[in-house]
Amino acid sequence: MADNDNDDVPFMQKLLDNHFLLVVIGVVSPTVLYTLWGIVDIMNTPLAK
Amino acid sequence: MATTYRTCPASGLQFEAHAEKLMKWNAVAAVLWLLVGGITAIGVIMTRWPAFKLLPPDQFYTILTAHGVDMLLCWIIFFEMAVLYFASSVLLRCRLATPKWGWVQFWLMVVGSVMTNVAIFQGESSVMFTSYVPMMAAPHFYLGLILFAVGALIGCFVFLGTLVVAKKDKTYTGSIPMVTFGALTACIIAIFTILTGAGILLPTLAWSLGLIKEIDAQLYRMVWWGLGHSSQQINVSAHVAIWYLIPAVVIGAKPLSEKVSRGAFLMYILFLQLASAHHLLSDPGMSAEWKVLNTSYFMYFAVMASMIHGFTVPGAIEAAQRRKGFTNGLFEWLRKAPWGNPAFAGMFISLVSFGFLGGISGVVLGTEQINMLMHNTFYVPGHFHTTVVTGTTLAFMAVTYLLVPTLFKREMIHPKLCQIQPYLFGIAMSITGLVMMGAGTLGVSRRHWDMAFSGAPFQYEWPGAAMLMMGMTGFFGMVTIVGGALWIYLVVGSLLWGKKLEGGAVSDKPTPIPAATPAASASHHGSDHVGVPGTVVLVMALLVSFVLYYFVNWKYLSEVWLLS
Ligand code: HEM
Ligand SMILES: [Cu+2]
Repeated sequence: MADNDNDDVPFMQKLLDNHFLLVVIGVVSPTVLYTLWGIVDIMNTPLAK
Repeated sequence: MATTYRTCPASGLQFEAHAEKLMKWNAVAAVLWLLVGGITAIGVIMTRWPAFKLLPPDQFYTILTAHGVDMLLCWIIFFEMAVLYFASSVLLRCRLATPKWGWVQFWLMVVGSVMTNVAIFQGESSVMFTSYVPMMAAPHFYLGLILFAVGALIGCFVFLGTLVVAKKDKTYTGSIPMVTFGALTACIIAIFTILTGAGILLPTLAWSLGLIKEIDAQLYRMVWWGLGHSSQQINVSAHVAIWYLIPAVVIGAKPLSEKVSRGAFLMYILFLQLASAHHLLSDPGMSAEWKVLNTSYFMYFAVMASMIHGFTVPGAIEAAQRRKGFTNGLFEWLRKAPWGNPAFAGMFISLVSFGFLGGISGVVLGTEQINMLMHNTFYVPGHFHTTVVTGTTLAFMAVTYLLVPTLFKREMIHPKLCQIQPYLFGIAMSITGLVMMGAGTLGVSRRHWDMAFSGAPFQYEWPGAAMLMMGMTGFFGMVTIVGGALWIYLVVGSLLWGKKLEGGAVSDKPTPIPAATPAASASHHGSDHVGVPGTVVLVMALLVSFVLYYFVNWKYLSEVWLLS
């Protein structure tokens, strides 16, 4: 947090303390890997004739 | 808004006035929905019990829809709102951000849940909680769900805002406590869940109003499970946070390694939601690449994270117990654990049942090939009653034994019955889950009013074991309902008639954490470095059970096609 701006805080700890970055990662990654990719898959399914 | 802070004399926890009220109201709403869900459970179980077959088919599907919605959404998510406010305002000892929005959260969820229930009980919306298109429910069924979800989303933002307040007011130093971090994980997954839910429920509402002509069934299933599965992962994150909280409060346990436990929560944030794809393993519209990547490679990271929590939580308990001097042999720490404390007992049964039953059956169901054995059978509700009931619901019940005295300032009534309740509910539901899985392995369908297919031109002769398991499901299901009713009686009774307890000093400024109190352990930092040989043995037992059971299912699979 505020006192984590200095350099001796390990990278992972900085990441875990950056709550809003975690929010973005946690929303964007499944949206891309699951939802958007899933939509692409369904669009590519040929229609039955 | 002006506010005050109350410090509970017994626990040292500090309750800000707005947060306190919101937690109480959300918790009470949760318990009321559990009551409705519990009553519907009687209808469900007595109908699936072949000897009774209580309800006619149309009523069965109405009641089953209500059971799914009221249990899985209403009870759990109202309770989770209370957990979010607790993990932010109470554990960080700061004021709640925007309490007005907190009330918007509460009332939207109340209006939404009531509206959806009205739609269900009017009888024209018996579409199950999954509401797969092209089955169509009444518009207010979907509208209620949307209002409920918007309310929950607002609750998530109040939580995030409160983290900002605490940081700005410097009410903590370094990183947020582990329990709060677990709640943050739940909150992040909730945001994805709700946005995805809006993405599919809004068009479905428009369709039920006649504004859109059709909704693609495969697209609906895919997007809907982004909501349906992820919402279960909110529950997992929330109950894991409670697993860390209860031993911290009851015996002063500290995580074995803050680093490792937080890393495991990070894996939840990254991977848990992708496992939504395991609900579509038998769907023709999705590619093999999409299924394989989302359900195996990525899901195993999330499973690994659960294994880590499954190791570090009992490990933390073992370490704390060993520090207290219970060092004899492998398991003295376990034998001498506070088994008479219903919060601790409930938490531990939740951990074991979730790990051994829910976890193992979940990995089996999530494996594409052996999923085919159990897809859409009674195995599936068997599996998730050992995750969302013995896991989440029991953890929430357990933490309530701590909340009634500190939050509601009442002593629990009937301490002896309180001691029995977690065992009754937890063990009965574990058995129910097991026999449900057994019936499912033999092919009994889920969501099926008449497994006998009476009057059908071709009859199927069920093995006696299937009928026996369904009878046992009925019996142990009813015992579970008794255990759940007992909890509701104890909690509501305590709120109404329990001895009033001292509320503690009130001040208009946040107070520092009193040292050596449960509050100090719950907001504490740092790890406990003590060897935990007993936990290693327990985890090995889990792994061996898993490998054996996994193998058995592959063997079954080979027999399906008579290749052996
Ligand atoms: C209190 C004892 C309970 C009993 C005896 C019970 C029993 C059952 C049974 C037998 C089914 C399967 C019906 C079928 O597929 O034909 C079912 C479905 C379900 N239960 Fe429960 N349950 C209980 C509590 C809970 C709780 C606490 C939750 C959630 C927190 C829950 C969530 C669900 C859900 C989501 C379904 C699926 C509904 C569907 O397929 O649409 N149940 N329950
Ligand atoms: Cu799932």
